[in-house]
Amino acid sequence: MASGVFVGLPRRMVTVNIDGEDVQVTEGTTLLEACRGINIDTPTLCQLENLTPVNVCRVCVVEVEGSRVLVPACSRKVEAGMKVHTDSDRVRHSRRMVLEMLASSVDMSLCGPQVQGWMSQYGAEPQRFGSGAATVAQPVKIDNDLYVRDYSRCILCYKCVEACGVDAQNTFAIGVAGRGFDAHISTEFTVELPESACVYCGNCIGVCPTGALMFKSEYDMRQAGTWDESQQRVTETVCPYCGVGCMLELHVQDNSIVKVTSPLDHSVTAGHLCVKGRFGFQFVQRRGPSR
Amino acid sequence: MDIRTTGGPPTTEEVAAIDGFLGAPESLWEGGARVEQDDHLAYGGRAARSRRHLLLPVLHAVQDRAGWVSRGALEYACRRLSIPPADAYGVASFYARFALEERPPLAVHVCDDIACKCAGADALCDALEKGFGPAGAPDAAGSAAWYRSPCLGLCDRAPAALIERAGKHHAEARVAPATYESLSAILGGEWPDSETSMHLPPRKESRLLRRIGVADPESIESYLQAAGYTALRRAIELGPESVIREVTDAKLLGRGGAAFPTGRKWDAVAKAPARPHYMVCNADESEPGTFKDRVLMESDPFAVVEGMTIAALATGCEQGYLYVRTEYPLARERIENAIEQARAKAFLGADVAGSGMAFDIEVRRGAGAYICGEETALFNSIEGKRGEPRNKPPFPVAVGLFGKPTLVNNVETLANVLEILKHGSGEFATVGTPESAGTRLFCVSGHVRSPGLYEVPMGTPLRELMQLAGGLREGRTLRAVLLGGAAGSFVTESQLDVPLSFEGTHAIGATLGSGAVIVFDDTADLEQVLLRIARFFRDESCGQCVPCRVGTVRQEEALKRILSERNQSLREMDIALLSDIARVMRDASICGLGQTAASAIGSALIQLKIAGVN
Amino acid sequence: MFGAGGGTSSYREVEQTDLVILWGSNARETHPIFFHHLLRGVRSGAKLIAVDPRRTGSAEWADVWLGLDVGSDISLANAMARVIIHEGLADTGFIARATTGYDEFARCVEAYSLERAERETGVPAAAIRDVALAFGRAETGMICWTLGITEHHNATDNVLALINLALLTGKVGRFACGLNPLRGQNNVQGGGDMGAIPARFPGFQDLEEPAIHAKFTSAWGGAKVPSKKGYHLSEMFESMDLDELKALYIIGENPARSEADQTRAVRLLSGLDHLVVQDIFLTQTAELAHVVLPAAAGWAESEGTVTNSERRVQRVRRALDPPPGARDDIELICEIATRLGTDWGHPTAEEVWDECRSLSPMHAGMSYARLDELGGIQWPCPDESHPGTEFLHARLWKDPIDGPAAPFHAVEHDPPVDLLTDEFPIRLTTGRRLDSFNTGVQTGGYTSPLRKREALLISPADGARLGITDGERVLASSRRGSVEVPVRFDATLRPGLAFMTLHFPDQVATNVLTIDATDPKSGTAEFKASAIRIDKLVAVPAK
Repeated sequence: MASGVFVGLPRRMVTVNIDGEDVQVTEGTTLLEACRGINIDTPTLCQLENLTPVNVCRVCVVEVEGSRVLVPACSRKVEAGMKVHTDSDRVRHSRRMVLEMLASSVDMSLCGPQVQGWMSQYGAEPQRFGSGAATVAQPVKIDNDLYVRDYSRCILCYKCVEACGVDAQNTFAIGVAGRGFDAHISTEFTVELPESACVYCGNCIGVCPTGALMFKSEYDMRQAGTWDESQQRVTETVCPYCGVGCMLELHVQDNSIVKVTSPLDHSVTAGHLCVKGRFGFQFVQRRGPSR
Repeated sequence: MDIRTTGGPPTTEEVAAIDGFLGAPESLWEGGARVEQDDHLAYGGRAARSRRHLLLPVLHAVQDRAGWVSRGALEYACRRLSIPPADAYGVASFYARFALEERPPLAVHVCDDIACKCAGADALCDALEKGFGPAGAPDAAGSAAWYRSPCLGLCDRAPAALIERAGKHHAEARVAPATYESLSAILGGEWPDSETSMHLPPRKESRLLRRIGVADPESIESYLQAAGYTALRRAIELGPESVIREVTDAKLLGRGGAAFPTGRKWDAVAKAPARPHYMVCNADESEPGTFKDRVLMESDPFAVVEGMTIAALATGCEQGYLYVRTEYPLARERIENAIEQARAKAFLGADVAGSGMAFDIEVRRGAGAYICGEETALFNSIEGKRGEPRNKPPFPVAVGLFGKPTLVNNVETLANVLEILKHGSGEFATVGTPESAGTRLFCVSGHVRSPGLYEVPMGTPLRELMQLAGGLREGRTLRAVLLGGAAGSFVTESQLDVPLSFEGTHAIGATLGSGAVIVFDDTADLEQVLLRIARFFRDESCGQCVPCRVGTVRQEEALKRILSERNQSLREMDIALLSDIARVMRDASICGLGQTAASAIGSALIQLKIAGVN
Repeated sequence: MFGAGGGTSSYREVEQTDLVILWGSNARETHPIFFHHLLRGVRSGAKLIAVDPRRTGSAEWADVWLGLDVGSDISLANAMARVIIHEGLADTGFIARATTGYDEFARCVEAYSLERAERETGVPAAAIRDVALAFGRAETGMICWTLGITEHHNATDNVLALINLALLTGKVGRFACGLNPLRGQNNVQGGGDMGAIPARFPGFQDLEEPAIHAKFTSAWGGAKVPSKKGYHLSEMFESMDLDELKALYIIGENPARSEADQTRAVRLLSGLDHLVVQDIFLTQTAELAHVVLPAAAGWAESEGTVTNSERRVQRVRRALDPPPGARDDIELICEIATRLGTDWGHPTAEEVWDECRSLSPMHAGMSYARLDELGGIQWPCPDESHPGTEFLHARLWKDPIDGPAAPFHAVEHDPPVDLLTDEFPIRLTTGRRLDSFNTGVQTGGYTSPLRKREALLISPADGARLGITDGERVLASSRRGSVEVPVRFDATLRPGLAFMTLHFPDQVATNVLTIDATDPKSGTAEFKASAIRIDKLVAVPAK
């Protein structure tokens, strides 16, 4: 039995200047990767390493000398000789405004601590837009037993659409519908999920940064006040179903699986699962008489 | 693609509309009945998915026939074109023209945009509301409804209305100027008379408009008699490289708004290694106050086709698309006719005018989205997607339509190309300024005596253009001029001597933009105009990026507060907020819409001292 | 393949190949995450060909779907091979250097004209030819299959027919080429790797090879290890039928529901002198057992490894405490050993694994630490500096090749055992659905919005012909038994073809209908091809 390993083509290195520092990076690297490579904290909302950059949230914008407008770090590739400023007044202003605008229209209370950190770092004051500012507030959609959709928490980052679509699942049960401030994530003709093409892979939940998409188990526990991440342990294991070998992260609280995710950087899943891997875990925790 | 449809079957009418456009389905797998081969064989995959670009034409076919797009119709279209229904719904719901809820077959779209507002559109709408109920609601009989519309490009004959009647014999008509009487007759079931020919404003120096009123826009023979296709023949003689050199030497700048050097663009596409190359004529003229491209397409359609052909041959494109906004039915009809006649005379096809080169053109119809005038949004629209602009770079010359190198030119730009080839780059540049060569078409509307399309040499002072248009009405004084439409900026009396050239307007912080010149005298309610502009951007933002999606809403909210707030300090806070919003929209929006959405309002507050801004 | 049972390629390769034939596999539903990789390939330009009697969700993605008649795979493959040979697309250099048995194979496929293949498969000759040409011409290409190939009485021949196509065109042993059976359970591959097959020690080492046998017996302190291969599953049932096999120890299987010809399976299991079932549930099989050993769930309640379809050995870990009384498999086995008089102590999973590594060269380099660090390792991995093996059989591309040549096998078309007749005119095939798994023991635990009650799916045309309405309960019968089942019309099924799943044995005992005609080499039964008839439950009143 002999082995074979395919080695990709070598890539050139280019030098860019970021905040006065010359940095050598591989050609094809994004500005975001280059910034993070030298530990420059760059806020992102719509970017995720297992998805194609859509550069819509604009919170990662940086100033590139010679460019009339700011450029999104998440998608812009480095070019030799680029001079980049990540903390100029323009950059800070845009980041602050983006965060402020989003927080003024969307319930961002379940965004992670990192987002809250950026809010204070950039001095976002969403209440500046007044109490009459339009929001996307709306009732929670609960139309199946596996997950809920609370679009009053939706920042329209497109991640769920990408995960449901070309970047992973290719089911296209949801898309962006409408236009402008009325643009929203929707099934066809806004039918309920069971009537849609949804196959409940939950890959949309896996990429949602704001808690707009949530396991029903998590939603119910939050409603009951029993959700407690400090009491949760995450264990990596392999899905018990088919032979593909998907890596699971079991989130366990009180000896019960409360949520299942997959590591974004695993070669088998890239963070994505199917309905069985994501939701089919209940059988191990039916503790009563069973068959 | 494994598509799931659960919405029930389409109606016979809907099937007829879709099959009428696509042809009948060939198999069960494409939405038809089972045929013998279906038992053991199906083709699908990439070939099936590659039909997606037909989505908008198919939706138009349904909308034209049924008056709206039902779930059954959408899903049948999805089956035929291998598109997931949620995806197609996202597309359909993006475009204002497609109705996704049942509505009456007769629709009257009344323009209440800037120029029409100056001509009494608000009063007209108020009257319609009293007579026929609120906009968007079916009338008492349920057979008709009226709607408010953004600019219809009929600003020279404001106020304007566009009528569409769905059905087997779908029809569209325009009424301009529209009156309550004319529209109520139409809502009552009367079909308007065919349009009277456009009135021709006096012409000072005529290059681009020279054939208008001279050649029959529906006859290629007439066009040939008026020296049509001499530019193409010259281009074929010169060969692609020399054509590009001529265009470059003429210093032609794009007339769509961005003023990019046309020669450089052509050169980049010609040299792009990826194949095929595409040529796109951007005829999605939607900037409020702009109608020059409409006039060119309606009155000199062969010139547009000839211009596209020259551009395509010079840059190695074999397929062209002309994307025209749906609000221009006559332009579409005339261009389609011109293409057909050009094909018959072998000016299009496998061997264009004996050049040995192939080129053909397909007309694509927009569906009510200002953003599709942005070139990358336009590509997405042709590809059957939501008209969301793409981030640049990569630029269209490298990665454009269907991901291939693409040349995009505006209608007026192409009209100039004919002049350059006929008379040479040297002769072309004798008119205009050193930086802005040639003439320019200006769409003058609002409070002037003779609104219309005017061609003047680049650099002509604004004051002179206004005089050409007859000046203000008797006894009125000038309040402001909006240059460049909603994405432009306001100038005042003191700036009337600004030379209308790219550099001249730039010097005073204004822009020529699309060539829209809307004049406001002292009777104008500029606050209402500003609110209309704010609403326009809120309505037309594609919604993709945060600065524009939320910014256009916050801008409108702040403007409303500023205009109504009596407390000076609160007002000042909102003015500061407005400026913060403007800055992020300008700096961080994906495309030109967001980047310019605050410019007119900002310039008004400063130039016109509205709300006490200094 | 050619020695070790495992898919030759990595998932990454399917993303970069030029052509994929998905043969007898509805991976869209049964291997959804593999299908993600496949779709990445499709999005990057790979041509996809689906071979399946049903136009499944997977087939809907394909550029071409060949809807062959159930059980005619060899005819199709041989006809494709013939086209490839006739068109000069065979990789003669590779064949000469790296294979044996070509001449006999070529003689065999010569009999498979396109006309014959069309007659036997139902697929139009021109389409067969086009697909053969596409496969022959593709620079790189892969064949992936699942149970549509292996749940037949001639399963091994089916697999060999596919291997022949790859050898013929040199599509194995190179990057983005290969032969890949997609495994149906998370550790089917691992079970084989570990020697849970009749003729092998861990690492696919031949039980009957004296040197290997000696290595194991010596490592295990002179333990008495059988030196002849044992029975595979079907042979066990045959032996039970002959009343020779009298005691059975079943770990984590539910044959009372999963075996074809269920009536017979239950009868034989019930007739055993002693049946021990070790499972996490009291399954229908466990209900027949004399002793039930409650086990901890392998993937969430205990430590260990599994191997996936790209030969990647991965760690499973304990995330939950098992319910009271349920014990780890290792612990249970060691306890039994103790009762049998041998003290194996209380080894940890890692200690057991390290012993395996010391005896199985292809696993030698896979320490737990490395498995953690690398996110799993693909065998073979002979030492701790080895990165694992992305694809197998690169040795065949060395000149001269390294090791034995790969053999062609001339195989002949052999239609399903359960013949279609006027009495049983409808071909029933079985399969899986996305949200359920096998007999539903595990997936029954969650509420899937996709789940519908089990039904017999038939073509609307058959429904009309039989006077049956959509949703009507009918009696479906095979030569082995009958079940009552509601009918569901499925327009994607052609007339004469019916479909059921095995997921809901409590609703419909599908395996009462299926045939236990088994492949003599692999022991799998012909679940994919039964002949049935459909009768209305009540006579239609005369009008």
